[in-house]
Amino acid sequence: MSNKSGPSRRKFLTTGLVAGIAATGARAGAGDPAITNVQPWAQVLGKGVDERGYGMPSPHEAHVLRKSVPWLTAVDTSSINFTPLHQLDGIITPNGLAFERHHSGVAEINPSEYRLMINGLVDRPMVFTLQDLMRFPRHNKVYFLECTANSGMEWRGPQLNGVQFTHGMIHNVMYTGVMLKDILAEAGIKTEGKWLLAEGADAAGLTRSIPMEKVLDDCMIAFKMNGEALRAEQGYPVRLVVPGWEGNMWIKWLRRLEIGDQPWHHREETARYTDLLPSGNARRFTWVMDAKSVITEPSPQAPILHGKGPTVITGIAWSGQGIIPRVDVTIDGGVSWHKARVDGPSLDKSTHRFYFEFDWDGKPLLLQSRAHDTTGYVQPTKDALRKIRGEVSNYHNNGIQTWSVDSDGVVENVEIS
Amino acid sequence: MSKFLNATLIITLLAVPVFAGGIGRLATPDEVIAWDIDIRPDGLGLPEGSGTVADGETIFDAQCAVCHGDFGEGVDRWPALAGGFDTLTSDRPLKTVGSFWPYLSTVWDYINRAMPFGNAQSLSADEVYALTAYIMYLNEIVDDEDFELSKANFRDLPLGNEANFYPDDRPLTEYPLFTEACMIDCKSSVEISKYASGKDVTPE
Repeated sequence: MSNKSGPSRRKFLTTGLVAGIAATGARAGAGDPAITNVQPWAQVLGKGVDERGYGMPSPHEAHVLRKSVPWLTAVDTSSINFTPLHQLDGIITPNGLAFERHHSGVAEINPSEYRLMINGLVDRPMVFTLQDLMRFPRHNKVYFLECTANSGMEWRGPQLNGVQFTHGMIHNVMYTGVMLKDILAEAGIKTEGKWLLAEGADAAGLTRSIPMEKVLDDCMIAFKMNGEALRAEQGYPVRLVVPGWEGNMWIKWLRRLEIGDQPWHHREETARYTDLLPSGNARRFTWVMDAKSVITEPSPQAPILHGKGPTVITGIAWSGQGIIPRVDVTIDGGVSWHKARVDGPSLDKSTHRFYFEFDWDGKPLLLQSRAHDTTGYVQPTKDALRKIRGEVSNYHNNGIQTWSVDSDGVVENVEIS
Repeated sequence: MSKFLNATLIITLLAVPVFAGGIGRLATPDEVIAWDIDIRPDGLGLPEGSGTVADGETIFDAQCAVCHGDFGEGVDRWPALAGGFDTLTSDRPLKTVGSFWPYLSTVWDYINRAMPFGNAQSLSADEVYALTAYIMYLNEIVDDEDFELSKANFRDLPLGNEANFYPDDRPLTEYPLFTEACMIDCKSSVEISKYASGKDVTPE
């Protein structure tokens, strides 16, 4: 009952009415009470149009939440939470469920005090307000953003029993923004300018160096996600979009762009987000996120509850190198593979949704998915990656994920031979 | 008329130059100085200033040790800043300023922009030099508590691991290997080799 439905007398009458109808329904005959009973929502008035100026999910969806893994980090203001992939479908991540990673908490910026500065090797150091940025030609692009550390905890072996935690450092939204090259043209990049430093306005002042070739190719400055203003935790009012490249580079709360003739080698591109190999050497500037896929349902948090018979397997696939022309699925641990059905938009550097429908005989399953991208790259196994990168290089884990399904439909995170 | 005057007044009060070319305006030199705080390995961006190891220890004990430990060893899950020498090839490498970081400029830049955690950009240039000097001391790069780090000698004592970083080589070492996709009779048997269950690390 609504708390705003009026005097208690009305509430009493309404409650009595519902009870009476339920009793009537029960007398109506055999059948599913969800059908034979008149439900309260079919009888009484719902909330009016002025109840929810900003709509929220049904109260029955209150369990669909981003979640963190508390033991991962020292404090929740320099931490990460995870997109509930097992509860989503299609390719678009709802804004309120897009995973968050920030290094000094969420900056809450007053848009009237927002400024973007361009300096360094430019003809004219410049300042733009948010209104200024909106005067450049706008573009709409759907891109995935994956944290470099996504699946990192799974590198040495299966650890977290849920696709939200193994693969949930990713979101995929439509950005509205302006091309970085259009804004930089106002300042005029000097010919010796080969790198761009992007800097956040938050208390971490996060910085990354980006080569000019990428800057001038497809980088954007976004102020909208899925049609509405960026969420504060995603960089409101303005974030950088670096399509297909590791999420750490997509500077949130973007305040400054500096042009230089060499990279800055700041913390997030030296001490962090570099790939230590068995030799003791480390790869740096490993920007591209390679082709990857995962079955989101069934998965440990989304077991098969309906028993044997027609069963839907679904998941997402993505690549920082382009589109996903093909996804394969196995239900027998990789003895035989089947081409999955990609459904919905197939967009450059966006997640793709795939399905594989089959008739489950109720016997245990070993599920995997395998993404192909436009370069001909095929998603490798974790063993194949570890053979090259060793046991400790846990960034950029795009290895194949295995889910074990038992005869009751319970799903577990495993690795197989 | 009044609208014109107001616009003129605002521009005068802000004392910012107008850029007639298009969108946005020119940044003033003071604005660039206020925000352009980054420094690079070649020293570009370093301000004048200096600080000793001993100065740095005092500041570190008061503002840093609560998370990073008295000797930079790291408390709980907070990052260790010192030690970990010769661990990079081990099963549990400890990546610190001394064992892993390639450039001292990164230390100065990061302290200056982001530390202390929760009170960023509160340290003076001298304090940042002093803290950087103390972290060098904790990592046995200098052994004299009177050592003074300054803009002038900043590049004289590089960190040891710079040569061990190299650019992304996945296009050569990985991509050519990952092109096959077997579809039938791909293996003769399948065994589960590792389980997540029993580890008890998954949140509710």
